[in-house]
Amino acid sequence: MNVKKQFKEGLITQNPVLVQLLGMCSTMAITTTLFNGIGMGISVTVILTCCNIVISLLRKVIPSKIRIAAYVVVIAGFVTIVDLLIQAYLPDLSSSLGVFIPLIVVNCIILGRAEAFSSKNGVAASALDGIFQGIGYTWVLVVMSVVREFLGSGSFGGGILNGGAGIQIFPSEYGAMLLVLPFGGFLMLGSLIALVQWALRRSEEKKNQEVAK
Amino acid sequence: MDLTQIFSIALGAILVENFILVQFLGICPFMGVSKKMDTATGMGLAVTFVMGLASIFCWLVNEYLLVPLGLEYLQTLAYILVIASLVQFVEMFLQKSMPALYEALGIYLPLITTNCAVLGVALLNTQNGYNFIESVVYGITGGLGFMLAIVLFASVRERLEYAEYPKAFEGFPVALVSAGLIGLGFVGFRGLKIW
Repeated sequence: MNVKKQFKEGLITQNPVLVQLLGMCSTMAITTTLFNGIGMGISVTVILTCCNIVISLLRKVIPSKIRIAAYVVVIAGFVTIVDLLIQAYLPDLSSSLGVFIPLIVVNCIILGRAEAFSSKNGVAASALDGIFQGIGYTWVLVVMSVVREFLGSGSFGGGILNGGAGIQIFPSEYGAMLLVLPFGGFLMLGSLIALVQWALRRSEEKKNQEVAK
Repeated sequence: MDLTQIFSIALGAILVENFILVQFLGICPFMGVSKKMDTATGMGLAVTFVMGLASIFCWLVNEYLLVPLGLEYLQTLAYILVIASLVQFVEMFLQKSMPALYEALGIYLPLITTNCAVLGVALLNTQNGYNFIESVVYGITGGLGFMLAIVLFASVRERLEYAEYPKAFEGFPVALVSAGLIGLGFVGFRGLKIW
């Protein structure tokens, strides 16, 4: 078990959204305010970690032919629990995320990690994998929502700070509305992935140069 | 049954609230299978079919099984099981009757199970309180909207092969940005309302 390597993979080199390109629906749809981003990120992290633990525990019991169906049932169970908890304790979050909470069931990140990692590794490693991948997903959501919210409507921390209104940095009529509109999500995520590809390529080139020396 | 109501649901699902470009449901297959025109069309047809069927069966399950028994909280679980078995059925059907399409869709066919658009349409039907006919119309036209978007996108993407863009944007980012620009076109439908 290699905690440091898993940490780095989850956050950057194997980031679920930016590198593995999983779970893009929710990434683009709900990142309009910081509150949504953090709420969704934490929900997915919790569900991912729980699912990874349970699937890793059951990995020798589940026959490989029906494994996908079994994973989906486990995931749907945890999603229902989290959905009901959010409805009970955070009704605001529940109404702003709407249908995207039950849709975590079909979020490819969770099924992808179940198939690629927790069905082959031990419980502790799978739990860590869930936490780190979840954090990797969360930071992307937070970055996306902060940028979109700031450039789109000129505020920061909508839904959390300042009694839910957020801190207004510049008047909202000067904001670039296009970033808050749905297709702004495509543009934003495209640029973010391009940035990461550029950075990863550069660090690789540097490594190669050092090896050549 | 009010015909204008149905027409406005259909128009909404195809243009104003397009599943992919406005509601962000079903992005994975949209990105994954849109490299070629013919596979994109096949995927669009398969998704339309499954979305229509899913709307029918999920509505029936909800109305006659979950609500009478007071089990609405198991909705997500029940729907995903219904969808998974539907996809399995469609897969077997295609394998027997249309092997060429089956081959072309490859891995993306089982992946329809995890297509957010399919589960999304079932959940939205329940959330919006649609009756049986409205649900079916919403499901099928939602699928047609998906097909419209994926076919448009595939034809743009075929041309991207010859386009020049910064190296960092290679592969996925450029596809996302062009999808965003198509989405910009769909914003134009926003003000569209019937009566």
